[in-house]
Amino acid sequence: MANIIDDETIEYVGILAKLELSDEEREAAKKDMGRMLDYIDKLNELDTSAVEPMSHVFPVQNVFREDVVTNGDESDKTLQNAPEEKDNMFVVPRTFDKE
Amino acid sequence: MAKEYETVIGLEVHVELATKTKIFCGCSTAFGGRPNSHTCPVCTGMPGSLPVLNKKVLEHAVAVGLATNCEITRYCKFDRKNYFYPDNPQNYQISQLYLPICRNGYVEIETKEGSKKVGIHEIHMEEDAGKLIHDEWEDCTLVDYNRSGVPLIEIVSEPDMRSAEEVIAYLEKLRLIIQYLGASDCKLQEGSMRADVNLSVRPVGEKEFGTRTEMKNLNSFRSIAAAIEGEKNRQIDLLESGEAVIQETRRWDDAKETSYAMRSKEDAQDYRYFPDPDLVPVSISEEFLEEIKSRQPEFRTEKMKRYKEEFDIPDYDIDIITGTKHMADIFEETVALGAQPKKVSNWLMGETLRILKEKELDPEDVRFSPEHLAKLIALTESKAINSTVAKEVFEVMFEEDVDPEKYVEEKGLKTVSDEGALRKTVEEVIAANPQSVEDYRGGKEKAIGFLVGQTMKAMKGKADPASVNQILKELL
Repeated sequence: MANIIDDETIEYVGILAKLELSDEEREAAKKDMGRMLDYIDKLNELDTSAVEPMSHVFPVQNVFREDVVTNGDESDKTLQNAPEEKDNMFVVPRTFDKE
Repeated sequence: MAKEYETVIGLEVHVELATKTKIFCGCSTAFGGRPNSHTCPVCTGMPGSLPVLNKKVLEHAVAVGLATNCEITRYCKFDRKNYFYPDNPQNYQISQLYLPICRNGYVEIETKEGSKKVGIHEIHMEEDAGKLIHDEWEDCTLVDYNRSGVPLIEIVSEPDMRSAEEVIAYLEKLRLIIQYLGASDCKLQEGSMRADVNLSVRPVGEKEFGTRTEMKNLNSFRSIAAAIEGEKNRQIDLLESGEAVIQETRRWDDAKETSYAMRSKEDAQDYRYFPDPDLVPVSISEEFLEEIKSRQPEFRTEKMKRYKEEFDIPDYDIDIITGTKHMADIFEETVALGAQPKKVSNWLMGETLRILKEKELDPEDVRFSPEHLAKLIALTESKAINSTVAKEVFEVMFEEDVDPEKYVEEKGLKTVSDEGALRKTVEEVIAANPQSVEDYRGGKEKAIGFLVGQTMKAMKGKADPASVNQILKELL
């Protein structure tokens, strides 16, 4: 494996992805990520200098909606996804700093 | 002696676009609905849901770009900006990083030092986040996703501004252009226009920029000016005492008039952008561009010039009236209904501004219709009501947009045109106030004012003061 993921990197990626990893999971993830980067290196061996970067997998463009309201009040359905609700809102742990 | 410093300021301005629906779904953007009543799987980021771009958003964004002298990116697309926060149900915001819709524009601003161009680096389309409400009682945060997916444009300026005055002039200019386009109402207080200020200082003559900070939560011109002044001084103090400015995001506290650094966790600047695979690219045709160009309205500078030529009203009035699209519209529509321009201007500059100031409202909050203002002017012109009554009717019209003709009729406010009745009242007033009559006859001209007042009172205000004056003089 040419790419070695160090502890600092896996820690940082864990923070970004909001994942708490056990020691075993961390080691496994380091190996997985190293192999992924090896594969990218392999792809990088191809000369793509003359190829336009692809922005979408289908040759489709300009799909629009008209500015017309089509949805009614479906807050009961939306709130089915809330772990907890109050006053028709999602309840989450406090996000504001204490003064 | 202390070094002289120069302040370098760039702005990121978010503007909520005036569309009926959200940027990627058919949910309403109406303000003030029951929490979460304007939500669906798309704007709450449910797996498998498919966003589709609202055409109106593209039209508004291109219109703003053209009006700010930008190049329009003919082939553009959307990217995902990844971050975790409860106001963002997808865990990414759909925005534009690689190919924003508009680039390399500028607007001209006027300050005491003259006119100057402020460069626009880019304008991109993106979606707004939900609203977080802190629940003191239960010590938790509540989330309302009605605002999630409301269309925004973010206008990123070049670091071309050097003072709070230039920043305010730039914001005023943007606001006018966007309001005239009808792309947004741009209300800072209500959050439909928000500005983040990027600021650094450097010794005068220095070419390199200093380390900048970003200030958020500025929701009035006053707080923007205060924040710029405060942050400039804070950075100069740091440099003068040999310390370094740290690149960070700071939150402005309007009540305390000070800013504090946000937690680094809130400030993690690693967004790992990548192209959004759910949205297809946008290719802008020549026809589309031409159509948007043909719809561009008359902007303020042209309007001011035309008013000067067409209407006999003072420059000061023109300046105020064209200062908001809404006022200019009311003015033009009322004049088109046959009212004399000077009279219309007087009502807007006088009573309208007075009530707006008294109630702390913006010109955009004016709700009376041009038809009703035209009718009110016609009523005063024909002397059907006197000016005192007209002002009373106007106050009601301002509040409830009543039809002044009907209102005057229903409330019986018409000036009594029956000369006999008026003459009779004047005779009674003369009989009841011998002292004033004596004074007037003795040469005290002012005493007649008291008698006019007494007559008006007896007529419950429904008399033409000029006629009362005339009859009084006749009888005395």
